[in-house]
Amino acid sequence: MSTETATETLDVKGQNCPMPVIKTKGAFDGLAAGDVLEVVSTDSGSMSDIKGWAESTEGAELVDQEEATEDGTAVYKHYVRKAE
Amino acid sequence: MSADTPPSSDGEFSPDDVADLRAQIEALETEVSDLRSEVDEGGADKMVIIATKGTLDMAYPPLILASTAAAFGYDVTVFHTFWGLEILHEENSKDLGLSSVGNPNMPVPNAIAALPGMDRMTARMMRNRIEDNDVASVEELIETSLASGVDLQACQMTIDLLGYDEDDFYDGVTTGVGAASAFQDMADADIQLLV
Repeated sequence: MSTETATETLDVKGQNCPMPVIKTKGAFDGLAAGDVLEVVSTDSGSMSDIKGWAESTEGAELVDQEEATEDGTAVYKHYVRKAE
Repeated sequence: MSADTPPSSDGEFSPDDVADLRAQIEALETEVSDLRSEVDEGGADKMVIIATKGTLDMAYPPLILASTAAAFGYDVTVFHTFWGLEILHEENSKDLGLSSVGNPNMPVPNAIAALPGMDRMTARMMRNRIEDNDVASVEELIETSLASGVDLQACQMTIDLLGYDEDDFYDGVTTGVGAASAFQDMADADIQLLV
């Protein structure tokens, strides 16, 4: 999944557990059906945390997760779609 | 009726058998529908944490779990009692203490850790580490929890015992609650933790 398909981006870089999940939930609640939220985090634990959150949350579908490097820092990107 | 009940001599069920089966099916249907409505009435999943410790390290587990559970759609109550009240005390929460004494995981011998001023230094070092590792402050976690709908409760008996005033706590903290309401919440909850 590329960034172009995301409807909204949540930047939680520099924030550690549990903030990425909590802010993801907050942003997800504000999405319209069919929207895709991109979450950009520097917390490596967010890979498992956001996956677990999406699995337990009705209407949340984890479309993709990827690791990248931005300015020499590892970033973790998550794409969550809100069900129609 | 058990599965191995022999059919009547001609291989058919007798009218009595059929009536008996119908009655059993009806009884089961009623039972299933009763259970279903009981489950539906249960509403959202619920978690209750009893927070009894007020040191810097022990403030984190209840706040992190509470705010995370709220993100998972849980109704969350954290009942703060005894030193757990320090977490909700607006002024004290920004300066929670931590001691190396009696903690074998700290790289300081007890004899040195017991010297005057060492607890403050230990707490300051921990606070710096928290900041360096992008971990949220206690204050941030409290604000986040309250904004996520977590019910942060301060035990009235220990408020009186420690000589605190309701105004000492963060806005949004529930006061005037006791063991009975905590117990009632625990009885209804799916997860109960004592921290």
